[in-house]
Amino acid sequence: MPDSEDAARRKAQEARLEKTWETPSGWRYWSAVNNTEVGLWYTATSFLFFLFAGALALLVRAQLAVPDNDLISASLYNQAFTLHGTAMMFLFAVPIFEAVAILLLPTMLAARDLPFPRLSAYGYWCFLIGGVFVMGSIFFNAAPDAGWFMYPPLTTDPKLTGIGADIWLLGLSFIEVASIAAAVELIVGVLKCRPPGMRINTMPLYCWYVLIVGGMILFAFPPLIAGDILFELERLAGWPFFDASRGGDPVLWQHLFWIFGHPEVYIVFLPSIALLAMIVPTFARRPIIGYSWIVLAAVGTGFLSFGLWVHHMFTTGLPAISLGFFSAASEAVAIPTGVQIFVFVATMLAGKMTRSTPMLFAAGALAIFVFGGLTGVMVAIAPFDWQAHDSYFVVAHLHYVLIGGMVLPLFAGAYYYYPLIMARKLSDRIGRLVFWLMFLGFNIAFFPMHFTGLRGMPRRVFTYPGGIGWDWLNLISSAGAVLFAAGVLLFTWDAIWGIRRRADSPRNPWGAGTLEWLNPIPGPDYGVRSVPAIASRYPLWDDPELPRRVDEGREYLPDAEEGKRETLVTSVLDARPIQCLRVPGNSFMPMIAAVLTGAVFILTTFHLYWTGLAFGVAAILSILAWLWRGTAMVPEKHEKDIGRGVRLPLYASGIRSVGWWAMFITMTGDMTAFASLVFSYFYFWTIHPVFPPLDAAGLPMGPGLLWPGVALLAALGAWGAMLWARARNTAGQAGGLRLGLLAAVLLALASGGAMLMGPWANGLEPTTHAYPAAVWVLLGWAALHLAVGVIMTLYALARSLAGKLTREHDIDIHNVVLYWHFAAITAVVTLATVALFPLLA
Amino acid sequence: MEQRTVTGRAMRAMPLAGLLTGCGGVQSALDPAGFEAEQVARLFWAMLIASGVIWVLVLGLASYAARRRGQPWSQQGASRLIVWAGAVVPTLLLAVLLFYGLRLMPELRAPGGPLRVHVEGEQFWWRVRYHPPGGAPVESANALVLPVGQRVEFSLSTRDVIHSFWVPALGGKMDMIPGRTNRLVLEPTRTGEFRGACAELCGASHALMAFTVRVVEPAEFEAWLAREAAPAAAVEPAAQAGEAAFLANGCGACHSVRGTAARGDIGPDLTHLASRPTIGAGILENSAENRAAFIARVDQIKPSARMPAYGTLPETEIAAIAAWLGTLR
Repeated sequence: MPDSEDAARRKAQEARLEKTWETPSGWRYWSAVNNTEVGLWYTATSFLFFLFAGALALLVRAQLAVPDNDLISASLYNQAFTLHGTAMMFLFAVPIFEAVAILLLPTMLAARDLPFPRLSAYGYWCFLIGGVFVMGSIFFNAAPDAGWFMYPPLTTDPKLTGIGADIWLLGLSFIEVASIAAAVELIVGVLKCRPPGMRINTMPLYCWYVLIVGGMILFAFPPLIAGDILFELERLAGWPFFDASRGGDPVLWQHLFWIFGHPEVYIVFLPSIALLAMIVPTFARRPIIGYSWIVLAAVGTGFLSFGLWVHHMFTTGLPAISLGFFSAASEAVAIPTGVQIFVFVATMLAGKMTRSTPMLFAAGALAIFVFGGLTGVMVAIAPFDWQAHDSYFVVAHLHYVLIGGMVLPLFAGAYYYYPLIMARKLSDRIGRLVFWLMFLGFNIAFFPMHFTGLRGMPRRVFTYPGGIGWDWLNLISSAGAVLFAAGVLLFTWDAIWGIRRRADSPRNPWGAGTLEWLNPIPGPDYGVRSVPAIASRYPLWDDPELPRRVDEGREYLPDAEEGKRETLVTSVLDARPIQCLRVPGNSFMPMIAAVLTGAVFILTTFHLYWTGLAFGVAAILSILAWLWRGTAMVPEKHEKDIGRGVRLPLYASGIRSVGWWAMFITMTGDMTAFASLVFSYFYFWTIHPVFPPLDAAGLPMGPGLLWPGVALLAALGAWGAMLWARARNTAGQAGGLRLGLLAAVLLALASGGAMLMGPWANGLEPTTHAYPAAVWVLLGWAALHLAVGVIMTLYALARSLAGKLTREHDIDIHNVVLYWHFAAITAVVTLATVALFPLLA
Repeated sequence: MEQRTVTGRAMRAMPLAGLLTGCGGVQSALDPAGFEAEQVARLFWAMLIASGVIWVLVLGLASYAARRRGQPWSQQGASRLIVWAGAVVPTLLLAVLLFYGLRLMPELRAPGGPLRVHVEGEQFWWRVRYHPPGGAPVESANALVLPVGQRVEFSLSTRDVIHSFWVPALGGKMDMIPGRTNRLVLEPTRTGEFRGACAELCGASHALMAFTVRVVEPAEFEAWLAREAAPAAAVEPAAQAGEAAFLANGCGACHSVRGTAARGDIGPDLTHLASRPTIGAGILENSAENRAAFIARVDQIKPSARMPAYGTLPETEIAAIAAWLGTLR
């Protein structure tokens, strides 16, 4: 082909890609779902929440600057520190990880988008609505005021805490759902959307961390959601899970909260380490040393982080053996953390370091984080923690860990990735000033707190008396906080206004080796020009010709012939191309669905149950409409040419489809929430000598055997009907499929009804004691899963009737049957727990 | 609002140089006056020195790595650094620390006695009941007196929300959790006046829930306990109006003053209020003005406290009650 013709063809391809991936303009801009837009909104919004939470911290420091201060009231102070902690954790630290990952991951994988763009958009809108709802409450003097840990009974008694507790529980549950949605998206993205040839042990370290942290979110957030459910049932309906006078136990909440809360610390810490793992090799001008070591260490940190939660409860009077075990486990987590730090030091030693602003922040992060880690080793020793716990020593420790381990690496990442996202570098000169303001301000604010705490100042006090050794220390801390805030504001100014006066950055400005720097700057909406085959961990260093080949469209997927958004799906371990995935385009549906879902949570907060129910139905309908028009699309042809002589199918179902993986991962999280409810049930067994408790007639309470037995048989029948329906569909019998689906619906309804009949017919009154409440909540959970199964099954039936679910195009039935596997396990375990276990006990 | 003051040794504002190393204070874990606090303070200084050394080594190595000019380390050498400095050495150090730290636990929590003290956390004060060996229980509140050199067994509980009982100078804290009774053993090793506080957020006035601790010689303690067990002294004629006003306004429905008709069990026992250094659970000096202010404006002085403010009473009546309370030695 002559050059001129080739150039014309490339121009036409580029025009088609441009048109297909174009970001909408005007008010339709907000219908965008592409990762570049959603990621940017997500990052900006969580940064705004960071600024807001920081302002609250300044309010706290202003109040504590001098003893006996009456600048703000006790009530406002309690709201301020509660929202500070809540927002920093739930509205900044976790969301900004997900935001940055949504922004960066596709560029690192040379993918055009993540597999579920509309899910990302839905997650973003949920986050925005929930975040504004929770944070806005402080302007109505209605914010939660009992600490971000919400210990009952202070928080469960409506006489002691007002609507703020409901706002916290429901607002954050809503945001947690969004966080889990983003985690599902990111895990599937890392596993299934890598470029051809990028084996799992070749992928950038950032992707490993995203995978690990996504998995941790999946196992850490559900226990909190389960706890939130128990908590709200106690507040709204009087079910006494945490009420000691009616068989509950406030310590159960502490377990559920910290099973979430401790992994949470690592969930926010690891993604920032991941940024350093990308930055350090770039400036050391060499590949990372100990790739396998750092991956194993990160995995190890992830695992260990689930075994440490009790170190938040060392002063609750647990037996010494528990304290010893959890002290040891808490010390152990220092080891993989040490390995990760020394991987960076070793890489620096084996390379040729160049100075840069990102490395300046990385160095400051190391100095602060190592000290925080060392005080962490101290508080992990139970006898020392008895003194340090809930004192300002712990305030100092946790800020050393989080600012050193999370905030400063994030700023390093901001300086590093700004040219990639915003096309311009931040100022190095201002950057040094920002760094020193933040670094010195931080240490001036928080170093003295170690001593304030050991001199006996407890946390969460709105005032303190003068003359017992805390006055000067607090004044210095407040001054340091102002310096730190000045650094953050200067950064914000440069990031928004300062860069406007600068020229665009050159391509790959830092000379990095990883794929995110492949594109020209500023990059086009469609991302990479063509998707390259990858053979090494640092392809830009190892293959200098790569950018040219990519730009000339000589790699995979250089075109969008049909005007459809497409990206590659590859196999999990060795990244063989297996599907050309069509991803849905811009739509307002995710925003509408998020508004309706948010309305359900907000209306429930204000006890408007019937209106809430109506919005719930509307939310479900909107999600069904979104799924109907945007998922499992039947393509116009079976396969297409993706370039370089490779033809890939456009449709894949079962384990080969991304939807199946998303369902599997979501249901893993769902099972974790369920396991937490089962844990709660058995927890009550361990604290009650007689379990189940005796009723008025002196007989053990319980749901009986008859109704649970009926429920079990019907649930298994429904499951069997689903398996049969799937087999009929594979055999090409649409009639059999529909019959099986219908049978499953009827049996599931019967099973759910029988589940609720058990405790009803046996007179279990959930407000009397924690035992009947636990039985009701387990059976309610299982029945709810059957109800969701019924909706999904009816959806599959409708898809079959509409000709969208056939023998060849069977994504829906595979995913719904996968759901049913989990629903059936939920039903069986629930019924065994509530009906059979009391016979053993 | 009243200037909140604290009795005991007043701390002089220290010059900046002494600031970070100064450890004194009535509420300081680093100025120990109890067996546990001494052990833990020693542990802290040891850990702090070791941490300082480790921090300097790690940061020194990192800054050397950042500035080094010349031949880069070999891949093998760098990998060896990861194994030794990242994994092996930390494992050994942590094992030693764990062994030393956990070995303290059995001794610190060994049973005390024979004196037992039950403390119950309330929003926002402390109900105290002494159980002397062989004697009847003695009711008190918000001011502990302890004998030096004896291991005292505390049982800790609450009926409302979670509180945490903490006297840093004597030892670590222990939570008070509804439905449970936790135990704690404190062994004062020197006499003096100290301060304790609630360490678990318990509501609006969590910051205003403190108490005083006076450690005295055992003989003095016995004498004090005998006085505390006795009913209130006979009313001086000058104060009779105050007692009458106290009873007439229903204060006795919540407070007990043994020896009078006031038998309430909701608020702190006031039988020997005048012998306590502070009022309002460690927050105001025990003076007639402060007592009067507390009666009149408790809602401002201590937000969300269960006691209603009696500001509508005639000032003379409030002053009379405050004066009478001042006679309850």
